[in-house]
Amino acid sequence: MEQAKPNTTAIRVRNLVFRRGRKTILDGVSMDIQQGSIVAFMGPSGVGKTTILRLISGQLKPDAGTIEVNGQMISAMSDRELHHFRRNIGVLLQDGALFTDLTVFENIATPLREHTDLPEPLLRRLVMSKLSAVGLGGIEDRMPHELSGGMARRVAFARAIVLDPRIMLYDEPMTGLDPIAVSTIRTLMRETNDALGLTSIVVTHNVDQMSKLVDYCYIIASAKIAGEGPPEELNSSTEPSVYQFMNGKMEGPIPFHYQTPGTQWGLLD
Amino acid sequence: MAVSESYISKLTAPVAQSGQCLLFLFRMISSIRFNASQLRAVLQQTYLIGARSLVIIMICGFFVGMVLSLQAINALEQFGASDQVSLLVVKSLFRELGPVLTALLFAGRAGTSVTAEIGLMKATNQIEAMELMAIDPIQVIALPRFLAGLISLPLLTAMFNALAILGSIVFAIGVMDMDSGIFWSKLQNGIYFYKDFIGGIWKSLVFGGLVSLIAVYFGYTAKPTGAGVGTATTNTVVLSSVLILVFDFIMTSFFT
Repeated sequence: MEQAKPNTTAIRVRNLVFRRGRKTILDGVSMDIQQGSIVAFMGPSGVGKTTILRLISGQLKPDAGTIEVNGQMISAMSDRELHHFRRNIGVLLQDGALFTDLTVFENIATPLREHTDLPEPLLRRLVMSKLSAVGLGGIEDRMPHELSGGMARRVAFARAIVLDPRIMLYDEPMTGLDPIAVSTIRTLMRETNDALGLTSIVVTHNVDQMSKLVDYCYIIASAKIAGEGPPEELNSSTEPSVYQFMNGKMEGPIPFHYQTPGTQWGLLD
Repeated sequence: MAVSESYISKLTAPVAQSGQCLLFLFRMISSIRFNASQLRAVLQQTYLIGARSLVIIMICGFFVGMVLSLQAINALEQFGASDQVSLLVVKSLFRELGPVLTALLFAGRAGTSVTAEIGLMKATNQIEAMELMAIDPIQVIALPRFLAGLISLPLLTAMFNALAILGSIVFAIGVMDMDSGIFWSKLQNGIYFYKDFIGGIWKSLVFGGLVSLIAVYFGYTAKPTGAGVGTATTNTVVLSSVLILVFDFIMTSFFT
């Protein structure tokens, strides 16, 4: 798979450290994410993949290190700058997170109403065009609970792209969907990314799906990047953590027991 | 060491939480904007929280008025003063029972639904999604519900009072055959608009702020799980009910 502009870095992360209590979630992570590419963060559950997304969107502040998105330093932004910056980011959360008290139309219109002063007819056309872009024209008056899981995810997708973001963040976008919906979402992600020249980051633990979608992949284990590269390269990697994860083995450096300092403290008390 | 630490934190936790709650209130107040979308949201919530509580408030008010008259007539008959029933009923209604009972009912009917709604929004990541869309959930979710509660409760209290008087009329005049002229003239001479009626409505405004602040705050700080939302909902009812009665005594003893 070719990348649109292979030489420009959209997201640059340097020596990122993040701690939660006594537990170090990320320890000295560095990466360069190319403009126009789709990148996956993979790793076992609870390893801090979602934490990276929250750091990039500025929801969490790193304990050390820097994050630069399109040349802007996220880690040094004030709340006001951050607020402004987030308009350039589209986020698709794990279960879609549609607003349950609003119709499909109002769900997609919410970011527009909040951040623009578009007249109602124009706003309506924009929402309808996004809705038909995800193949769901005509369901604008339905409520979220009337939609199937796959449809809800596509509506959430339309909402995420309605402000034409430069960067898309996906948190487990395919979890809990049937195989057809999975392919639909995957195609949408790819086509949107390439058509609009976005940079996309996907957090997932679904190895098979990701191998079909992404350009580049980071495997995170034990708070560090255990391996990186295009999916086909990682598939044949012999690095122990990467091999264990890609092949779903129980034996390997990624432990079965969840050890925190807290357990030992509790026993000594 | 560990024991005394946990002891201290148990003692300081309520203080810390009240502080958090007040900070939350300031954040809400500072996000007030007088624009069309916020006005629309407040109106919509006033309908959902206030207008939808009307039926239960009216039914309860009617029966409270009836039972008050029943008890009052029984008690006053012993002194041959049963013609004072309307004065006793309406004075106790306007000053105490109206504001307090309406606030308690409101906490159970509207406070819980607000807490559960916001808690569920949190549990299903809707609050997080808003933050990521650079939309302030305190401004869009919390504030309209708080203001709606503040607006609704005094109006509901007035409605409760009206229906209670109607209940009193039905029982005293309709059932006990009391003279309607005496019923009304006692009210006309003995009830004062500012001292009795506004004194009660003013209290209900404070209760409205109290109940809706607690409801919104507990919903917003609920643990994003089923059990967490359940606990938050229970806490809303318990704490609002207790604080309504405590504040009622404080306000009545200091300001009347």
